[in-house]
Amino acid sequence: MSENIEKYIKRKVYNGTSSKIAQKFVDAGLEKLRSCINCGTCTASCPSGRRTAFRTRSALRRALAGDESVLSDIDIWLCSTCYYCYERCPRDIPVTDMIIKLRNIAVEEGYILDNHFTLAKDIFYKTGHGVPANGENNKKWRDLRESYGLPALPPTVHSYPEAVKECQFLMDEVGFKALLDNAKKLKDERMLAEEKKENEKDGK
Amino acid sequence: MVNKVSEQKDWRYAFFLGCVIPNRYPMIERSIRDVFEELGAELLDMPGASCCPAPGVFRGFHIPTWFVIAARNIAIAEDLGVSLITGCNGCYGTLRDAWWDLEHNSEEKKHVNKLLAKVGKKYTGNFEPKHVMQALYLDMGKEYVRGFIKHKFKDLKVAVHYGCHIVKPSDKRPWDGEYENPTFLDEIVELTGATSIDYKEKFMCCGAGGAVRTAVKEVAADFTREKLVNMREAGADIIINCCPFCHLQLDLGQVEVNNFYKDIIGEPFHIPVIYITQLLGVAMGMDPSRLGLVKNHNLKGVSPFIPIQPFLDIVKEQLI
Repeated sequence: MSENIEKYIKRKVYNGTSSKIAQKFVDAGLEKLRSCINCGTCTASCPSGRRTAFRTRSALRRALAGDESVLSDIDIWLCSTCYYCYERCPRDIPVTDMIIKLRNIAVEEGYILDNHFTLAKDIFYKTGHGVPANGENNKKWRDLRESYGLPALPPTVHSYPEAVKECQFLMDEVGFKALLDNAKKLKDERMLAEEKKENEKDGK
Repeated sequence: MVNKVSEQKDWRYAFFLGCVIPNRYPMIERSIRDVFEELGAELLDMPGASCCPAPGVFRGFHIPTWFVIAARNIAIAEDLGVSLITGCNGCYGTLRDAWWDLEHNSEEKKHVNKLLAKVGKKYTGNFEPKHVMQALYLDMGKEYVRGFIKHKFKDLKVAVHYGCHIVKPSDKRPWDGEYENPTFLDEIVELTGATSIDYKEKFMCCGAGGAVRTAVKEVAADFTREKLVNMREAGADIIINCCPFCHLQLDLGQVEVNNFYKDIIGEPFHIPVIYITQLLGVAMGMDPSRLGLVKNHNLKGVSPFIPIQPFLDIVKEQLI
């Protein structure tokens, strides 16, 4: 993005915005979206949008307008990050990176799918791998490694317990664990509130 | 694009394994190690390397975590004094983008190093992270690789699948900005005498990446269904790819497509899925069973999930 365009779109930041979420979008650099001319090339290039309700342009406009409902929308997790929207945007908006930032804000607000939470907390944080080969359930994969003349466990975090600790330390320091704990807390609170609402509706 | 053929044959790389290659498709690890050794390159282990971390899920959760863990992995390679190579488009996406972004954002780089210093590590950014394909095509060059080919598979029709992050975002990749119609993988495939066939939406995503497979498997499989239909229509004998997550999605995902979408696909799919160094290895005269193309164990429920036999039937004359 040229310096002039950058200056132009930043000339009036949403400082006075009443929405906390809209401010977060601005802080995360999403104000670049203001140069969007609504051409729809992102939506038209999206292989996910062809089979799901995910509409790239719409999701990002909702974000910029401070529409919080976009955060709880499962659609933002159906972008496969293929980067066609990023490549083809005539205004040079890094669209895919914006979707990633949008996801970051969603997780901050406690919107994370159960599968993703388990993957982050119980697999990645615990083992250092996103797809591990340790543990009783994964014995067949270690056997498979050995059948190709490879050591049962690769020379990764799997073979160096202190490296797992090192990764965990870094994740604690950078705030990953706190983020996940907070997401869980917000998620649980939201579920309780919904249950309560349901019960009240049932006339209890 | 000009093929640079390096004068010096001193190719040393740190081998970044990632997760899916060592822990689900070890035959890919075997084939990369064997092919690179045969080509005269040295692969160094990266002790204690972790998940890259994956660019769709973990970067989607928390960008600062993604930066610091990626920088830690790159720092392990820097300690060995060489560039790392990865055989995975996802790892490439993370390590290459993190490297690029850190080199263009001194504040983030400072922050990352402040954290890494606490565990006695330092990230410099002096060594560019590379993909296996980048080492083969740009470092060694296709004419160099051609010199090692012993068998020519002239009757083999290949559907080449690139995946996304090996070419995109193109401003952070080494392919001269080409992302709509790259040819480097086709060119390497055709060194083996095979024909890379055209098929509809050849450069489309497999559907697995970006947290989609973990979120909704049926959506990921629907991407895969579209690709498989197009490959079959074009008469593909096998699929060649350069990413283990695409590999998993096209292999295990093929079983899922046959299950989820059996009412609309007609005949179930059974197209063998082969990683580029598995094909290269067998063309270079290596033992197909060592490369994972012939089953040499009695394990149940392990990869590959789609039998490779149809491939062997086509090339057996050349191999005998």
